[in-house]
Amino acid sequence: MKILKIFCILLIFFLFFQNHSLANSPQQVDKISKNLRCLICQGQSVYDSQSDFALSMKTLIKKKIDEGKNDDEIYDFLISKYGEWIVYEPKFNKNTFFLWLLPILVFLGGGWLIFKKTKFFKL
Amino acid sequence: MSKNIKLTSIVLIVLFSFFVLLKGLDKSNTYSPELSTTKIDFNFKAKDLFSDEEIFLDDLIKNDGMSLINIWASWCLPCREEHAYLLNLKSLHKLNIVGINYKDSEINAKKFLKELGNPYTNIITDPKGINSIELGAFGVPETFLIDNNSKLIIKKFIGPLDDSAFNQLTKLIK
Amino acid sequence: MINQLGNYSLYIALLISIFIISKASLSLRKLSITLSGNIFSLISVQSIMVIISFLTLIYAFVTSDFSNETVYNNSHTTKPLFYKISGTWGNHEGSLLLWLLVLTIFLFIFTVESKNLSQRYRTLTLFFQQIIIFGFLLFILFTSNPFSNLFPIPNEGTGLNPILQDPALAIHPPILYLGYVGTSIIFSSALAAIISGSINKSWASHIKKWVLVSWVFLSIGILLGSIWAYYELGWGGFWFWDPVENVSLMPWICLTALLHTIFTLEKRDIFHSWAVILSITTFSLSMSGTFLVRSGILNSIHIFANDPSRGVFILCFLFILIFLSILIYFFYQKTIKENLTKPYLISKETAVLLNNLFMMFFLSVVLIGTVYPIFLEVINNEKISIGPPFYHKLLIPFLIPFLFFMAIGPNIKWINGKIGKINFTQVSIFIISIIVSYFFVKKYGVSYLLSLPLFILSIFLFFITIKDFFGKKVNISQKISHFGFSLLILSILLNGVLSKEFSSNMKVGDERKFLNKTIKFESIKVIKEQNYQSLIGEFNIKDENNSLSLKPELRIYDQPQTITSEADISSTIFSDNFLVFNVLKNDGFYNVRYQIKPFMIWIWISVILISFGGLISLKKKNV
Repeated sequence: MKILKIFCILLIFFLFFQNHSLANSPQQVDKISKNLRCLICQGQSVYDSQSDFALSMKTLIKKKIDEGKNDDEIYDFLISKYGEWIVYEPKFNKNTFFLWLLPILVFLGGGWLIFKKTKFFKL
Repeated sequence: MSKNIKLTSIVLIVLFSFFVLLKGLDKSNTYSPELSTTKIDFNFKAKDLFSDEEIFLDDLIKNDGMSLINIWASWCLPCREEHAYLLNLKSLHKLNIVGINYKDSEINAKKFLKELGNPYTNIITDPKGINSIELGAFGVPETFLIDNNSKLIIKKFIGPLDDSAFNQLTKLIK
Repeated sequence: MINQLGNYSLYIALLISIFIISKASLSLRKLSITLSGNIFSLISVQSIMVIISFLTLIYAFVTSDFSNETVYNNSHTTKPLFYKISGTWGNHEGSLLLWLLVLTIFLFIFTVESKNLSQRYRTLTLFFQQIIIFGFLLFILFTSNPFSNLFPIPNEGTGLNPILQDPALAIHPPILYLGYVGTSIIFSSALAAIISGSINKSWASHIKKWVLVSWVFLSIGILLGSIWAYYELGWGGFWFWDPVENVSLMPWICLTALLHTIFTLEKRDIFHSWAVILSITTFSLSMSGTFLVRSGILNSIHIFANDPSRGVFILCFLFILIFLSILIYFFYQKTIKENLTKPYLISKETAVLLNNLFMMFFLSVVLIGTVYPIFLEVINNEKISIGPPFYHKLLIPFLIPFLFFMAIGPNIKWINGKIGKINFTQVSIFIISIIVSYFFVKKYGVSYLLSLPLFILSIFLFFITIKDFFGKKVNISQKISHFGFSLLILSILLNGVLSKEFSSNMKVGDERKFLNKTIKFESIKVIKEQNYQSLIGEFNIKDENNSLSLKPELRIYDQPQTITSEADISSTIFSDNFLVFNVLKNDGFYNVRYQIKPFMIWIWISVILISFGGLISLKKKNV
């Protein structure tokens, strides 16, 4: 048991040592455009689409990055123009409260049930 | 007793889902432009197609009343079709129409206007398509009717203008 | 006029269905459970009727009989024979007829293979299954009849959506439906067993076969769909978390949970109610899948012919079945003789419960992610999109402990309630995994927050599942499936992290540098095929050692007019080279996308392994 504990600690330790290298601009464009819905194509992301709309969108994202905007500012800008529908990852707010929390409640509820229905070690 | 509570709550949840899905069937699942914002940021610079000068879009919609912003390109076929409506709007209502020339070559754009007539008070170029996206556009052609004072979009037309759009516009202008 | 044959045989099947339902409910009320032999012969007649109508439809498609409206809407004389046949189920009406076909055939198989089980249980199963068949018959005959006539008879059909003209997609629906419909037997039999008070070990060992069959077919069906998306949609991905994909994943997750529960029920005689709940849920999810896909309520990349007005029928039918099962469950709950001894916290029983817990969590994420936008729009009139980032964010943190429990779970003994002494091999494998992943992550500069623990645990699981092959030779099918799963996770991870992509606009003769490779656009040629025109680009990809020629294709179909792009993929055991191109509106330029996708082939192989494990388990008499 002790060994396992030590490894858990080591694991967390490693986690903190992972540095988040700042992605350079083309990669960042890819990352952002993968999270955007191409509004005029059927269910494609902006990243995957070759439509004019998507291509212009990518150019715009690049411009915003060069202006020094960060990811969230770019998402917010696009949401203000096109509505929440454009982002694939909905923001956590009153509308999406249940979306994010329900699955976790299911997990916790189920976990509690299992805990209740099993008994501890044989004494 | 607790069994009954369980049963009722499950039945209620299922019933609720049923009615939501039933209503959901009526909803269209295509994007409707009404849902997006009406605010617009005109404060950007772009090159004028004819004078080659950098101008603010803001300066082009200074007067009272309303303006029309029309995104077009010479390579876009529907733009050709809707062009007559724009010419009519211009001649009938003296409407201030600002064109945004989307991802086009200067020569082709000028040729297009020579051939079909020029309804635009000013045309600004958008060679990379960025300006149109900043306006919240979906592509070409697209038309916004704007209130010059409040700088708000009154109506958005995605796709080419047609008879019903023309009638709506005429009503709104009056 | 042969059209009418199909139509009439469906009506006969409907009459038989009504007859069986009334007869069965009468005999059930009287509790005289001697079902005369003629009901079983009626079932065979019913299956034959449905087979006839299905063959009639195939015949209409093959002969391009445009007096049939379905054929007119979905076929064309210039289509190759293979796609004429697969066109039969490539549309709404035909696909429902296929559902029905599988339903009746499965019921027939069930009646044959359950001969030596209790009559009451068989009759009840048959009764519920007939209700489902009856519903589908009504649905087909009155809202989506595949045999409606057209007059005057058109000369030419409107063609099948070209994106569906593909070998993998041609066999994908039948296989997927075998999985979906298999769950209907599980559903009916669970309801029958709960009423007849026979939820027990022997029920488990009987229904286990059906669970395995559905599970295997569902896995392969999903695999085929995924392979299709990989090379046909042309973006190099294989899973998009698209609603239509989610809909097939949900019953699979639920079945996986059920599979583990049924095994435990068979072995240890516990989890009775839970097995029933899972059986009901699995089928409800399969039906909801049909509803969500067929009603067009979802916004998806996979757009098929759909019609919201038909949605109302499936929706009502679906909820009638759900209500029926809820009522039956609560009413007959007391017949379940639940084993009241609690399992110990550290035992295989608890491990199975943990598996189920995680499965239910994954299920709820996918389910909520899929239907939430519909609910939100109806209630609040707000539109949101839920895509890959949402699923990744919720699933990945939970995947880590899941992998851990999956590694140690199967090695825990039944009943045994103590922590054994620390297993030395497991710990050393864990240490090795940490070291391997640490160097891997360092080397490739992977920088996602959870990547290191994720790597550690998937490698850990991978090693453990390999090690388990050398253990006692008890449960080889489980070992294969678990190994397949660990391979799947590992290949998806490596694929995700090591994929490289290049995208550029090129014209013929252009050369571009990418990593240590040179990509040359050599030529383009046009070929006229039977029902489309094909633009074939020739590309050469060279590095120091070797050169590779790739020929992606653009197909321009005229009936109906569509352009599809066919990627050219060269697969080796280590990586796929994926190239796809698209026309741009500037003359002569093409958008070229080149991707290196490592371990792609292992994703497919691992799913095959997972299903193979299931198949073996099916063959064995008593595991």
